[in-house]
Amino acid sequence: MSMKLDARIPDGPVEGKWHSWLDSHRLVGPRNRGDYEVIVVGTGLAGASAAATMAGMGYRVKAFCFQDSARRAHSIAAQGGINATKDYANEGDSVHRLFVDTIKGGDFRAREANVWRLAELSTGIIDQAVAQGVPFNREYGGMLATRSFGGVLVERTFYCRGQTGQQLLLGAYQALQMQVHAGQAEVMSRHEMLDLVVVDGRARGIVARNLTTGEISAHAADCVVLATGGYCNVYYLSTNAKNSNATAIWRAYKRGAGFANPCFTQIHPTCIPQSGDYQSKLTLMSESLRNDGRIWVPRNADEDREPSEIPEEDRLYYLEERYPSYGNLVPRDVASRQAKIVCDDGLGVGPTGRGVYLDFRDAIEEKGEETIAGRYGNLFAMYERITGESPWKTPMRIYPAPHYSMGGLWVDYGLQTTIPGLFAIGEANFSDHGANRLGASAMMQCLADGYFILPHTVTDYLADLDTETDPNDPAFRETVLAAEERVGKLMGVGGTTAPSVFHRRLGQIMLDRCGITREKEGLESAIEDIRELREEFWSDLRVPGTGEELNQSLELAGRLADYFELAELMCADAIERDESAGCHLREEHQTEEGEAVRDDKLHATVQVWEHRGEDERPDLHHEHLSFDEVEPTARSYK
Amino acid sequence: MNFKLRVWRQPSEGNEGGFEAHEVSGVDPEASFLEMLDILNEKIVADGGDPIAYDRDCMEGVCGSCSLLIDGIPHGPRQVTSCQTFMRDFPDGAEISVEPFRNSAFPVIRDLVVDRSPLDRIIEAGGYISVTSGPQPEPNTNPVRPEDQEHAMDAAICIGCGACVAACPNGSAMLFTGAKVAHLNSLPQGDPERFDRAHGMVAQHDEEGFGGCTNFGECQAVCPQEISIKVIGELYHDYRQAMLHRLRARRGAVKPQ
Ligand SMILES: Cc1cc2nc3c(=O)[nH]c(=O)nc-3n(C[C@H](O)[C@H](O)[C@H](O)COP(=O)(O)OP(=O)(O)OC[C@H]3O[C@@H](n4cnc5c(N)ncnc54)[C@H](O)[C@@H]3O)c2cc1C
Repeated sequence: MSMKLDARIPDGPVEGKWHSWLDSHRLVGPRNRGDYEVIVVGTGLAGASAAATMAGMGYRVKAFCFQDSARRAHSIAAQGGINATKDYANEGDSVHRLFVDTIKGGDFRAREANVWRLAELSTGIIDQAVAQGVPFNREYGGMLATRSFGGVLVERTFYCRGQTGQQLLLGAYQALQMQVHAGQAEVMSRHEMLDLVVVDGRARGIVARNLTTGEISAHAADCVVLATGGYCNVYYLSTNAKNSNATAIWRAYKRGAGFANPCFTQIHPTCIPQSGDYQSKLTLMSESLRNDGRIWVPRNADEDREPSEIPEEDRLYYLEERYPSYGNLVPRDVASRQAKIVCDDGLGVGPTGRGVYLDFRDAIEEKGEETIAGRYGNLFAMYERITGESPWKTPMRIYPAPHYSMGGLWVDYGLQTTIPGLFAIGEANFSDHGANRLGASAMMQCLADGYFILPHTVTDYLADLDTETDPNDPAFRETVLAAEERVGKLMGVGGTTAPSVFHRRLGQIMLDRCGITREKEGLESAIEDIRELREEFWSDLRVPGTGEELNQSLELAGRLADYFELAELMCADAIERDESAGCHLREEHQTEEGEAVRDDKLHATVQVWEHRGEDERPDLHHEHLSFDEVEPTARSYK
Repeated sequence: MNFKLRVWRQPSEGNEGGFEAHEVSGVDPEASFLEMLDILNEKIVADGGDPIAYDRDCMEGVCGSCSLLIDGIPHGPRQVTSCQTFMRDFPDGAEISVEPFRNSAFPVIRDLVVDRSPLDRIIEAGGYISVTSGPQPEPNTNPVRPEDQEHAMDAAICIGCGACVAACPNGSAMLFTGAKVAHLNSLPQGDPERFDRAHGMVAQHDEEGFGGCTNFGECQAVCPQEISIKVIGELYHDYRQAMLHRLRARRGAVKPQ
């Protein structure tokens, strides 16, 4: 059985597609909705908004998360803001402009119809959040405030100080708790999905482990929604929350869901550099810092003076030099790549030599301490809290870190995967960001999916579903047994080494060879090394304790086992994508000046992988992308 | 740096717990408290022991997962979350005790992991504005004074970690409850439900077995988000009004003169 990729994009002009879909989709009457049960795995922005909305419509919703409370999902950490085309600043912003920015930002590797819909729904998200009591920043007159973000030319980013993700998530979480109170929704916290139950080709439920008791059980439903976030922790160190993982989408892939563009991962340029081996994650510093900070490294590799004592002529402002018009505001991938290049050249700073300066000296001199404090005061304080150094006195040190995964489960226009009844939303799907995501667009996509798109597409699916889920179907028992067997296997390796030790090594392979830049030979050798490490893992892993209790080592080991397999697929995907696009820079495909070169003839596609069985090469399928609204052009930030 | 640790070990809720002594050496001063525990855990596993269980996730001080009582103080000496406490904050060679947050409403699940679900149930009892998803009014038709927004935000930044509960001699969760009420009740959107919200959340708070507030102020002294105890005053204000409303409702509507 080979996978069919039908994106099911409605006909007609791009601006009318979503409306025509809404006008023609099938409905479930209010009195019948209570007959249907929907499982939502994940309670981040995407999952919480979807679960609350569907419960509010009258479906019975069961939401799962591995944290102790739905409110703690990784989305809570998003800082900068969320985009919407309100055009309050009267700059001529429009749905069309946000659409174009997103398509271009994604380097022409996203679906036009989806991106248009996203831009179109953006304003409703702000309205929804405000109605929930999300305290967005206001201007003196009480109107909503906006700022510009990530190098775009309009101010369309809404924010709650530096805690926008927290406030948006609390809004969605509270809406979900309201539904719990009403008896429409149930939150299964401290539960981890270990597998998907598929009956006759349809998703009918999940198997989850109660992390407190270790009990593994099946949960049946009429359809399943995965909102389980991204997989950048495959790199071990990333800006993602420590427990973010790929297990749910990976299990779905192994049950037949197509996995799209796994190699598209974004490495964010402004993070606090690693300071030692013990480190467990990297902290993002908001991109807005690049509006006023100047990025440089010493010109000489043997420089040993304090940064403040290095004179102008011995400083290399490499972005300003190479990109005179955009300077320090080049897109994320360009900034990350250039930082890597100067560090590879031995010019990096800090104890590990992998860091560059982000200097506010000139901005403080020109604009005054007060202005800079107003803009970045809390970020400076956060930097100082973590590093013990004050950006007022000495330049910050930054280095790129894995941040966001554009790849994920393939979904059609209705956010349905290749398994009927299995939907994927938020960062977990391959989504609307193509080969690179613009700042402040992830939260927009999560909430557009959860509040406004998925509840309708799920309705459409359920209205057409003519068979009931039978919780006694043998598939449920079989899937539970398979999950128990896997746990038993992990517990039984009987080696000596903790899972985190293997994870660090896997991360290093991925960062070096499938990170900021990639190249064929490196990727091929990475696959070899991953396989070798995986074998070592399966022979020398030690998971103490038992499976019948809270066992965090077991949780880590299970997630890592899946990361090994995903890492290999990421490398395979990066090899097949024989072009440079967005964040994916293949060293073989760049101009003499080091600019990425796309291949629109061969690679204007989504690469979708189909699992064929353990240790068998997965099949590669292509969804061809066409660009009718925006003409593909090469990016230039010179 | 080297440290001597006394760590609370408890296999599960029903079982007895006790302190276990450990030593960690060669810790980088830049390591966070949780990273120091990671180093210790890798060593414990290599030596054939059972690693220490503790909650953590974002490691940036905003998810509220981490919940360590460090030397008897929730999150440790610096009024930041456990994950934002760094080893450079302790003298080399220090003896440090590590326990879970202590409160009878927060049973220990294992080692340093506690059950904080009562906080979710307090939110469930009214910590929201009753709107469902769909088209909403244009926000700028209802301006919010920036000082009201700031005030709401000062309370809304609560991360729900429960340090306030662990610090309170009465085991009260009033700072947590007050923060949510102050956030929503200071915005025009939250006004229609203000009394029901205050009443419902306080009733649930008491139902969960948390103690009352008697103004010790220990909660604000440990709150990593520096939420002010004033939010409890605001909560009481609305709670009293709520009780009056209920009284009136019971006696029948009182016609305004
Ligand atoms: C530091 C940082 C700053 C950011 N800033 C911004 C910003 O300013 N603007 C912006 O737009 N975006 C930003 N982003 C990106 C954005 O935050 C994320 O893309 C987005 O929050 C992802 O949300 P989600 O709902 O898809 O998943 P998540 O929030 O990651 O939630 C995943 C959920 O799935 C659950 N889960 C996962 N696996 C399982 C399983 N197997 N079983 C059960 N439950 C499971 C988890 O418990 C959790 O509830 C930022 C990201 C980071 C890391």
